[in-house]
This record gives sequence, structure tokens and C-alpha cells, in this order.
Amino acid sequence: MRFLLTDEQREFARTLDSLLGAAGTPAAVRAWAAGEHKPGRDLWARLAETGVFALAVPEEHDGMGPLPVELAVTFVELGRHAVPGPLVETVAAAALLHRLGDADAAADWLPRIAAGEALVGLCAEDAPFALDADAADTVLVVRDDTVCRTETHGPVQPALDPARRLSRPLGGTVLARGPAVTAAARHATDLARLLTAAQALGLGRALLDGTVDHVKQRTQFGRPIGSFQAVKHRLADTLIGLEFAQPLVHAAALALAAEDPSAGAEAAAAKAAAGEACYAAARTALQLHGAVGYTDEPDLSLWIRKARPLRDAWGTPAACRARVLAG
Amino acid sequence: MDLDASDADAAFRAEARAWLAAHVPAAPLPSLETREGFAAHRDWERRLAADRWSVVSWPAEHGGRDASLFQWLIFEEEYYAAGAPGRVSQNGINLLAPTLFEHGTPEQRARVLGPMATGEVVWAQAWSEPEAGSDLASLRSTAVRTDGGWRLRGQKTWSSRAAFADRAFGLFRSEPGTPRPHQGLTYLMFPLDAPGVTVRPIGRLDGKPAFAELFLDDVFVPDADVIGEPGQGWRVAMSTAGNERGLTLRSPGRFTAAAERLTALWRETADPTDTALRDRVADAVIGARAYQLFTYANASRLAGGGSLGAESSLNKVFWSELDIALHETALDLLGPHGALADDADEAPAHGSWAEGYTFSLAGPVYAGTNEIQRNIIAERLLGLPKEARG
Ligand SMILES: Cc1cc2nc3c(=O)[nH]c(=O)nc-3n(C[C@H](O)[C@H](O)[C@H](O)COP(=O)(O)OP(=O)(O)OC[C@H]3O[C@@H](n4cnc5c(N)ncnc54)[C@H](O)[C@@H]3O)c2cc1C
Repeated sequence: MRFLLTDEQREFARTLDSLLGAAGTPAAVRAWAAGEHKPGRDLWARLAETGVFALAVPEEHDGMGPLPVELAVTFVELGRHAVPGPLVETVAAAALLHRLGDADAAADWLPRIAAGEALVGLCAEDAPFALDADAADTVLVVRDDTVCRTETHGPVQPALDPARRLSRPLGGTVLARGPAVTAAARHATDLARLLTAAQALGLGRALLDGTVDHVKQRTQFGRPIGSFQAVKHRLADTLIGLEFAQPLVHAAALALAAEDPSAGAEAAAAKAAAGEACYAAARTALQLHGAVGYTDEPDLSLWIRKARPLRDAWGTPAACRARVLAG
Repeated sequence: MDLDASDADAAFRAEARAWLAAHVPAAPLPSLETREGFAAHRDWERRLAADRWSVVSWPAEHGGRDASLFQWLIFEEEYYAAGAPGRVSQNGINLLAPTLFEHGTPEQRARVLGPMATGEVVWAQAWSEPEAGSDLASLRSTAVRTDGGWRLRGQKTWSSRAAFADRAFGLFRSEPGTPRPHQGLTYLMFPLDAPGVTVRPIGRLDGKPAFAELFLDDVFVPDADVIGEPGQGWRVAMSTAGNERGLTLRSPGRFTAAAERLTALWRETADPTDTALRDRVADAVIGARAYQLFTYANASRLAGGGSLGAESSLNKVFWSELDIALHETALDLLGPHGALADDADEAPAHGSWAEGYTFSLAGPVYAGTNEIQRNIIAERLLGLPKEARG
């Protein structure tokens, strides 16, 4: 047993981190929220060049995966930089398409997903709204034992996080039907939970790091607020929450990679823990930034607004907890 | 990255499981915090030691199996899953032994470790004093040089199981008036039945009498019982404290086993519409799994030559809060039966939730309070400025 990321996995994370750090992601997020997708799509293209989306797609369709552990590592970084778009959905849709048994649909979409050219929305029981359908090239909708594909959607509705644009998918043509769909959809949901958890973990780490920096330099009563114990202890608890969510994310990725029967429960555990830890990090960030934390001008607001929707996406904490106990 | 057991580890697990299945007493032993329970547990330590299961991670020459850190974790998982008795020797095994392996002389190791492994000599930790708890370095008990050794004077307190234990280890001020309180301390071992030692039992919250305070009046300790260099006691002691918080004091097996029992209790007893309670059960299960995985990651790091630093404090806060959550949730599931002690006529048959609950309440206090641990996390892991000190 060696339950630690390999040097290559760490190195890949560092590469993504510096790429995204240099790419001016916050501007892309703001544009995305305003319905301008160009900067966001450029970012996707850069990510595709590093091989991010190929991790989601099997080799026979021009990918190098599926590699759940590497995907989890990737999504921590995507979350850390609040990269906009239906990232989780596109990767989960790739898993779904791969398992549907519809060779045409797979051949049609998987190579484009691997190349970072296709943004794919995905709706299922835990995700009734389509995320970013206005930017997506197509949306897959799972209902009972049927998968449909559609390019039409209702109006984009205002949302808690304006960079997560939500609408209802409309119409669609049936791609597949039957028990294979149910099994594929279950796997796609587990993967979506894992990647949402990883994203939440990265988002939470970014919120913690930014807050630690702030409390070291913000002075009140003649000293840095980071020297006050109430402040320190809240940040210590934030770190504890994130540190103990991380191994759950890694274990869930391993279980999915091995197609272990425990994967559903492991992914749900990771999602519940990381979602809550990230949300707690956002609450802490807002509180310790004071009124600055409540304004939308600093980039911090982009991260804070994402935390609650991520916590609830692809299974609320309650749904995930129930899944854990179902075994 | 993987979670796969090697063949050797799987074989080790199977061997431990089989041994425990054949040897764990069918009826629970009386509490080890009572005189009769202490004796029964000492007996159990002897049986463990006879087949070299009492100190699996020690070298074979001292009664161990040279087990790796992973194998130790595996043993602990099996131990708690089998419902085996609490360890009356844990202070010695978890705190004193690692110190002796690191700082002791070969003679000390040869003399002390064997009888510790068999439960023949049970050790108590004599660190805290009435005026020195969190601020341990302010301790006042003294060790004064004398012919061939030292004379101890002062008072120690809250010493777990000292009422029935045989010997103790602790820190003493040997150089008064040093510029900093951490300097001039000496780490020594002494017998609890030596002339000049008075042991006064103090009831714990549950009234059990094994806690004690120690009054030391000119107690002689030979040089052979000084651990490390005189005056360097703080450094010697701190290497143990990291072990205590970081890994060895509370292995994940204890919590994964409790989470299993909690889940079983929930399945048997819970109202399925009570989702608030269901969420807490799930959180306890998730917490125990998280702690287990976090420990695997740490063990992987240590196996790769890394060391454990202030991360130990993350551990300490996490397991102590997890332990309380596990037990509080169990009491809520038990409803009116949760108010009964474990030895009550109508006590629930599955597990000692009452004693476990009461003991869990101490978790945020001992081994460095959780407030102190949060200070360490904030200052050493997050790099926040130190508190202003008066
Ligand atoms: C079950 C149990 C077993 C124990 N076993 C042993 C044993 O075997 N051997 C032994 O030597 N000792 C033992 N102890 C003692 C234990 O180590 C001390 O209780 C502990 O170090 C705390 O010290 P204190 O009790 O004096 O509390 P104090 O130090 O008086 O603290 C009281 C409260 O003030 C808080 N506080 C103190 N300083 C700060 C600060 N700087 N910032 C924020 N908050 C602060 C504490 O966190 C705590 O909440 C045991 C204790 C318990 C409960």
C-alpha cells in the first residue's frame, strides 16, 4: 500500500496550478457569468492541450483514460482556480457515453471531448437543471432508463452563483434505453460526485489560502487579526475539514478506477465531506474578510459564491449521507 | 497510489484475526479503571505477550514482531473489530517505549521493555501538575542531585491509572532559574511504591478510581533511570508527545469498529424517518473512514522516510471530536436506555456505550487540549502570528 499521490501526479497538479494561475481565470469567470463564453472556451482549449480531457476518454476514442485518480487531481486544481463551465458534466457524460453501448454516439462525441472541443451538459436525478446549456455543444438527459440528447433549453435562470448558469433542457432524441442506461447513469453519477468533491476541495483550499494571507496583513487593535485566537481557531478547523476530506476523495477515485462495489458509497462520502468542508471554508473566508468578504468586486466573491452550489450539486449532503449508509 | 495490501500484510491480518477470534474473552472484562479490572487486564496483557501480540511493532528481541506501521494499523483494526479489551499498558507502550527507543540506553531498553510488554510492570505518565497543565513547562517538581542519582520533590496529578500502576515517568526541574522554563528539565523514571511516594486516587467523572495524584517527598532515583541527558528533558519528552497525538495513542481501528457498531445499532433501532439522526450516523461513519485513510496517508509518508510534525495536532483534534460524535449519536439512538451504565440490568447488549461516552468527553482535554492543538495548527501549519503573551 502506498496511499500517496505519485510524483508525476503532483507534478501534473503543479503544472495545472501555474497554468491556471497565469491564465487570468477570474476574468474568464466574470465573462462567463455575463454569458460571454469565449475566454472560458479558450481556457478549456489550454486545458485540453495539457491532456485534461483525454483523461476522461478511453484510448479507442483518442483519449488516455478513463483515469479517475488523475481526474480527481485535475479537478482539485480546476476547483482551486474556479474554472467555469460544465467540467464535471462533460467528464461524467464521457463516462456515460462510453458505457451506453451506442457506438455511433461514442465515436461522435468522445474524441471531441478528449480534444476539449465539446462541452457537454448532463442532467440526471441529482442534477435536474442543465449547467451551462447555453455554452454546451449538447446536453444529455437521463430520465429513468432512458438517455436523450438535446440542443435546446429554456431560459437561463438567475442563480446563486452567476457563473453556474442553469436552465431546463427541452425536447431531445432518445440515444439509448434499458438496464445498461441505468447502470451507466449510476456510474456517471458516482464519477460526477467524485469530481464535484475534488472541485470543492480545491475551492476550499483556495478560500483558506486567501483568508490566511488576508488575516496576516489586515491589522486591527494594533495587531494582525491573525494573531487573535478566535480567528486562528476558526482557520485551524477549516484546515482540519479540508485535510480529512482529501483522503476520502483519493480513496473514492481508487474505488472508481477499480470499479469496486464500494465506489458509490466512497464517492458519496467524499462528496459529503468535501462539500461541507468547502462550504465551511467559504463561511470562514467571508467572516474573516469582514465587509470586504461581502462585496462582489474582489475575486474572492467568485469563490465564495461557488461553495454552496458545489456542496449541493450531484447529491445534497443528505442524499450522499443516505448513500453512505446504504453501503 | 493504491490501497492494496501486500501478500505479507494480508497474511499478517489473517493471523491476527485468527488469534483474536480464538483468544478474546467472551464476556467483557471489568473496567480497567477499577482494581479488579486492572488485574484482569494485566492478565490479558500477559496472554497477548505470550504469543507476541502485545507490542507487534517492537523488535523481536523485546517481544515484538518487527511489524511495519501498516501492520500495526492492521493489528489495531482487527483488535477493535474483535471487541478485544482496552490496553492497561498503553501509557508505557505508546509514550515511554518510543522515548526509550529514541533516547534510552541499551541497558534501559533491556531492563524496562520486556516487563512492560508482558504487563508485569504497568507504567503511569507523571507529567501534569496542579499548576502545570497546558503550560506544562511551568512545572515545579524538582530533581536535586545526590550521590549516584537524584531526589524528587513535588506533586504530580491526573495521572491515568497511577492508583494501580507500578512505575511512572515524568519531568522534573533540575536546574532552577534557567532563562526559559523549557530548559533545565530532566526526564526520569521512578517506582510508585518507593519510599517518599504517596499515591492518592482521584475519582474520574464516572467515579472510577484509577486516576491519581502523586506526592513526592525526597524520592531517590538512581542515575540509571534518567532518560536522555539531564537538563534535556523537554526535548526528550516532546518527541513522545508527537507520537501520542499523531499516531499511536488512538489508532483508526478503534473508530472504524465503533462506527460499525453504531451503524448496526442504527439499523436495529432507528426510526427511518429521523433523517437528522441518520445524517449524524453517516457523518460518524464518514469521519471514521476519513481518519483511517488520513492515517494510511501518514503511514505511507513515514514509510517513505518522512516525519510527523505539527500535523499530529490535526489528528488529535479530529479523533477526539469524532469519538464524542460517535458516542453521542449512539446515546441518542439508545433513547431512554442511553441513560443506563454498562453494568445496569437493562443495559444495551451491544457494546459499552456508556463508558465509551464518558471517556470520549476527556478526549479534547488530555494529550494537549484541543485549544492548544488549534494554536499549534494555526501557528505552525498556517503560519499565523503568535499570540501576544503576557
Ligand atoms: C482523562 C484524562 C487523563 C489524563 N491522564 C494524564 C496522565 O496520565 N498523565 C498526565 O501527566 N496528565 C494527564 N492528564 C492531564 C492532561 O494532560 C491535562 O488535563 C491537560 O494538559 C490540560 O491541562 P489542565 O487540565 O491543567 O487544563 P488548563 O491548562 O488549566 O486548561 C483549562 C482550559 O483552558 C484552556 N487554555 C489553557 N491555555 C490556553 C491557551 N493558551 N489558549 C487557549 N486556551 C487555553 C484549555 O484549553 C482548557 O480548555 C489527563 C487528563 C485527563 C482528562
